[in-house]
Amino acid sequence: MALDKPYLDVPGTTIFDADMARKGFHLNQYCMSLMKAENRERFKSGERAYLDEWPMTEAQKEAVLIRDYNLMMKLGGNIYFLAKIFSCDGISFQVAASTMTGLTVDEYKEMMVTGGRSPEGNLYKSDMTEEGNNG
Amino acid sequence: MARLSASAFTSHIPAIGAAIDNGKTAEDYWKPVFSGYEFAKKWVAEQKPDVVILVYNDHASAFDSNLIPTFALGIGEEFQPADEGWGPRPVPNVEGHPQLASHLAQSVIQDEFDLTVFNTLNVDHGLTVPLSLMFGQPDAWPCKVIPLAVNVVLYPPPSGKRCYALGKALRRAVDSFDEDLNVQIWGTGGMSHQLQGPRAGLINKKFDMDFLDRLVKDPESLSQVPHIDYVRYAGSEGIELVMWLIARGAMDEEVEEKHRFYHVPASNTAVGHLILENNPA
Ligand SMILES: [Fe+2]
Repeated sequence: MALDKPYLDVPGTTIFDADMARKGFHLNQYCMSLMKAENRERFKSGERAYLDEWPMTEAQKEAVLIRDYNLMMKLGGNIYFLAKIFSCDGISFQVAASTMTGLTVDEYKEMMVTGGRSPEGNLYKSDMTEEGNNG
Repeated sequence: MARLSASAFTSHIPAIGAAIDNGKTAEDYWKPVFSGYEFAKKWVAEQKPDVVILVYNDHASAFDSNLIPTFALGIGEEFQPADEGWGPRPVPNVEGHPQLASHLAQSVIQDEFDLTVFNTLNVDHGLTVPLSLMFGQPDAWPCKVIPLAVNVVLYPPPSGKRCYALGKALRRAVDSFDEDLNVQIWGTGGMSHQLQGPRAGLINKKFDMDFLDRLVKDPESLSQVPHIDYVRYAGSEGIELVMWLIARGAMDEEVEEKHRFYHVPASNTAVGHLILENNPA
């Protein structure tokens, strides 16, 4: 019998469950390698070549190259692992998070200082559009 | 005998650590956050715990996808701050309490909680930010710390119910330790936040308030809240809050609330903080 996954109808959210972890194993382990300064240097000096050292799918590599974090998560990446990529880019968690929402960095910051994204309209998939509900 | 006297609960947001380390605590953005911890600093200096059991989670710092223990207890002598990609935080090493920790491990395993134990592990912001919030910036942490790392990265984390029951087992274990020790337990992480996807930035003040109220007064019913409610209402990363139930489980049923603080935002997250004491009869 299939596992019950009630979280699949939570909008704008990818839950890193066992199936996603299996899909993203090599992508996430590549991210972990960026914890070492010498690996960060090698990655920065030739991203494609560095990614080719990992048994990741072509789609995963391309998602990394264009820094599409939503796509990386869809392909099994987990946010705490992916954080190693934006840290390597010198980007803060808040700036990285804003890129996933379709908001500009300033709009996102403004949303946070005024209380964050409201749960209203953001609890069920039927409430929210593909791009998110930034209203 | 060892005595479990009190518990503290706090978010462990990495940006808070960075603000402390870079001397930004007096800036307008951060001031209201740090003012919420003034009470805690005085309180903990008076309480002088000998040991803190510190419940936290690793954020893909020490544990990668190769090894994911649900509950892991640190029984080693010393734990170093992790390099999370920009160098380790400039904070003291964390001294463990191997005797009490080993006693806890052996006790709760016999009490049917099949923990993982570790001796060497670098501890990330999940553990060091709460220490900084409570103790400031000393040259050495003023107490021993027993890390209890909980998986909340790979879904599903342990259930609230399981966490609460583990807290109770830890309490029985502390109570049966012969040495005279003042022991505290801290629960960390949360409150509502989501760091990922188009819904990033979710904050749910109503959920957080209800969580704080029930954690104090009705932890039993709070422990029944299913994972999906955390994910849906408190955000995909808000599920860290299950860790608070471990600390609450180790406390008496009736507790005295000494302090409460709530603030939005620190970076992407709602900051929550509670101090509870057991009242010796
Ligand atoms: Fe965390």
